Amino acid sequence: MRHLIGMDDLSVADIDKLIATAEDIIASPEKYSDVCRGKKLATLFYEPSTRTRLSFEAAMMELGGGVLGFSEAQSSSAAKGESVADTAKVISCFADIMVMRHFKEGAPMVAARNASIPVINAGDGGHNHPTQTLTDLLTIKREKGRLTNMTIGLCGDLKFGRTVHSLIEAMSRYEGIRFVLIAPEELPVPDYIKHEVLEKNGIPYEETTDLEAVLPSLDVLYMTRVQRERFFNEQDYIRLKDSYILTPLKLAKAKADCTVLHPLPRVNEISVAVDKDPRACYFKQVLCGKYIRMALIKMLLESTSEEA
Amino acid sequence: MKVDSIRNGVVIDHITPGRGMAIYRFLGLDRLNCPIAIIMNAASRRMGAKDIIKVDVDLPLELDALGYIDPDVTVNVIENGILTRKYHPGLPEEIVDIVKCKNPRCITTTEQELPHVFRLTDKENRTYRCIYCESKSKE
Repeated sequence: MRHLIGMDDLSVADIDKLIATAEDIIASPEKYSDVCRGKKLATLFYEPSTRTRLSFEAAMMELGGGVLGFSEAQSSSAAKGESVADTAKVISCFADIMVMRHFKEGAPMVAARNASIPVINAGDGGHNHPTQTLTDLLTIKREKGRLTNMTIGLCGDLKFGRTVHSLIEAMSRYEGIRFVLIAPEELPVPDYIKHEVLEKNGIPYEETTDLEAVLPSLDVLYMTRVQRERFFNEQDYIRLKDSYILTPLKLAKAKADCTVLHPLPRVNEISVAVDKDPRACYFKQVLCGKYIRMALIKMLLESTSEEA
Repeated sequence: MKVDSIRNGVVIDHITPGRGMAIYRFLGLDRLNCPIAIIMNAASRRMGAKDIIKVDVDLPLELDALGYIDPDVTVNVIENGILTRKYHPGLPEEIVDIVKCKNPRCITTTEQELPHVFRLTDKENRTYRCIYCESKSKE
C-alpha cells in the first residue's frame, strides 16, 4: 500500500514519472477521462481549504471517479471526539483513496497507519504539504524546462511555511540547486531543514532579510504568505504580515525569465499589478496542481490494484 | 568510599559523569523500595570519571531508554552475586514511549493512546525526531 505523507515517500524516479504523467494528461486529457471509473476519493478536510480540496475533487472527477467527504472538522465525527485512527478505518470502508488535511502535524501519518486504502497528505499544520510541492515541481519543470541548475529564492514566512520546507527537501535532490532564503529574522527556515537537509547534502544556501538585493540572482522566486493561523500571538502576526510585498517596481530588478510562484492564497505579498507580468506564474501553478493530483491519484490507485 | 556488592540486580556502569541522576529519574528508580547506590564522579581508567548506579533488585532492562540517555553505558546483570550478562545499549534506531513529543501542534497531543515514537535522524549529533511532526526530542 502506497501513501503520500511527505516528499520522502517518493523517489526522484517517482517524481519524474508523476511529472511525465501530468504532462501527458495536459497534452491528451481524453486518454485519462475514464481511468478512475467506479472509484471514490474521500476528502477529509479538518481545516478550511478551497484550492487544495477543489483541486483534488476536480482531479478525481476528470479521471472519471466520484468524490465524498467533509470540508470542516465541525461537520465530521471529529466534533464528537473520534480519533483520526478510527476515522481512517471507517473511511477505508467507503472509499478507494483518501486525502486528508488536518491542523495537527502528523495526523495523515496516523491515518495511513490505520487505513486500508492509500492516504494523501493535503497539509498537516505547519509541517508538510507534499502535493503542493509536486505542483511546484511540475510548474517549475514546465516554465524552466528542467529541475536542475538554478537559484531558487524563497521569500516570506519560511518558519511555518510548510510548502517551503517540502520544496527545499524536494529540490535538494536535484543537481545544481542553490537556495536564497529571504525571511524576517523572526520567521527563518527551521534549523533542522538547514542542518539535516541543506548542510548534510552540501546544498549551497544564503539567508537574507533583503529581497531586493537578491532578486537579480534568482531563476525562481517563491513568495509565501505570513499565515495568521500559525501564530499564537495576534500582535506578532500584525507586525510581520507585510514584511515583503512584491511590486512591478521591485520585479523590474529580476531576470527577464525569472519565474514567480506562490502557493496561494495571496494576501498582500504580491501586488495585483504583478499578475499581468509574464513572469507571474501562480495561476498557472494552480492548474498544474490539478494535473499533478490526477497523476498522483492514478499512481496510488494503480499501486493498490497491483498488490491485489 | 565503600559500596557493598549486590546479590541480585543491575549495575549501570560507565555513565557519563553528571548523567547518573538523569538516569535515576528517567528509570523511575525513586519509586523502588530496594537499596540503590548512585556513585558520581568515580575514577575511571577509560573515561577519567564516571557515574555508576547499583540497584539491588531484578529490574526490567530498559536498554532503549538507557541507550537514548547515555549510549555508552554498560549494563551488568548480577545473579546470586555473579555477573551473568553484560549489555552495551548504544543509540537505538527508534524509541517508543520513552519521551513524549512536546510540540503542541503534534497529533500525539490529541490522539488517544497514540505511541510517542522518535527515530534517530542524525547519529553524530544524537538527534531523535518525532515520526509524526519531526520535532526534536527533549528529555
